[in-house]
Amino acid sequence: MKLLQTNLHEIETAVELEKMISENANVMVCCGRMGPMCLPVYDVMEELEEERSGIKFAVMAFDNPEAAVIRNAPECRGFMGLPFTMYYKDGKVAHATSSIQNMQQVTSILDKQFAAKIG
Amino acid sequence: MDEVYDVMIIGAGAAGLTAGIYASRAKLSTLILNEGAIGGQMVLTDEIANYPGVPATKGYMLANTMKQQAKSFGCTLKSNVRITSYHLEGKIKQVKLEDGRSFQSKTVILTPGGKPRSLNIPGEEQFKGTGISYCATCDGDFFTGKEVVVVGGGNSALEEAVALTNYASKVTIVHQFAHFQAFKHAVEEATNNPKIHFIMESELRGFYGNGVLQQVEIEHLPTGQRTALKTDGTFIFVGYQPNTGSLKGQVNMNEQNEIVVDAAMKTSIDGVFAAGDCIAKKYRQVTTAVAEGTIAALGAAEYLRN
Repeated sequence: MKLLQTNLHEIETAVELEKMISENANVMVCCGRMGPMCLPVYDVMEELEEERSGIKFAVMAFDNPEAAVIRNAPECRGFMGLPFTMYYKDGKVAHATSSIQNMQQVTSILDKQFAAKIG
Repeated sequence: MDEVYDVMIIGAGAAGLTAGIYASRAKLSTLILNEGAIGGQMVLTDEIANYPGVPATKGYMLANTMKQQAKSFGCTLKSNVRITSYHLEGKIKQVKLEDGRSFQSKTVILTPGGKPRSLNIPGEEQFKGTGISYCATCDGDFFTGKEVVVVGGGNSALEEAVALTNYASKVTIVHQFAHFQAFKHAVEEATNNPKIHFIMESELRGFYGNGVLQQVEIEHLPTGQRTALKTDGTFIFVGYQPNTGSLKGQVNMNEQNEIVVDAAMKTSIDGVFAAGDCIAKKYRQVTTAVAEGTIAALGAAEYLRN
């Protein structure tokens, strides 16, 4: 069941996440709630989704039990601020951030981790 | 040649979206440019219970409704842009963006809103998301059974401190004055809560930890004595500042960098209006921002007619 009201694709299972990561070289997944720190990140992703076709953008509900795969990821150890945002490059976690991020911060990570401005 | 909009609105909080609704519904070609998240401070508010005619609702839902309303009347909305320069004098106003694009209009309504103040002390950026938070509703449950610090003495600080007692085992409020600025009921609720402790006339000087926040340094202002306090998290609620830095030297502002307007929301420049949290005023509410956005849009329409 989808829990997030965004225009982004919502991943509902760990299997689906694994499939997306394995089938796409560049994936950004924001794991959060419909809260004040998460919404701005979804907003940024919706904007970027139109511009960067070489990157797969998706969200996952933090309270979805299946999201344990992100909540408990080693890269998220010590994270205490929503959302947890994961960047996957060639099937592996390339970067992870905790709490709100603005457009400049997100694009900076995309440019660095996904090599050049894709898309 | 580039389109010249009738109205260009800078900012998409309650004031900007309302101005967008009114201007576009009046059949004026309207563009909203927004640097941050659409909805402004509304999005940062968990629940809005006192907006007349609307039962208690999530801030983001009210913001989203306003956004959809503006779009439904034909308003163009571009968010997450970065504005590098303004040319507001003359009959045609121009705004340039970091990505090279520029937009022109006959009138401008400035509604850049405000942003949460940060403490600007060592470690603040480093521990954001790993111990430092600006939203108790969002991150409170990460601190279940833990000890946290709340910085501030206004309504937000005290109300959020009380909310945090639902999770944390101990909440220590650090405030720079000997008294609180919050309303009496908020102070009473906080002081009557056995989980809340107070360190008054003190300010934080730094955040320290190994990977995650573990300790803050606190200075007692009257004596200058500094002490370390172990903590699992710190929530910062020290108010908001107007988002007007890039407008300095353009329109008249007061000492707090708030834009000075008259009762018709006119600034010191012809055809340029301002509304919302960026203007010099006493009360900052969604309702006041909505009212000012309305006045500014109607003023812009009148300016165009004349």
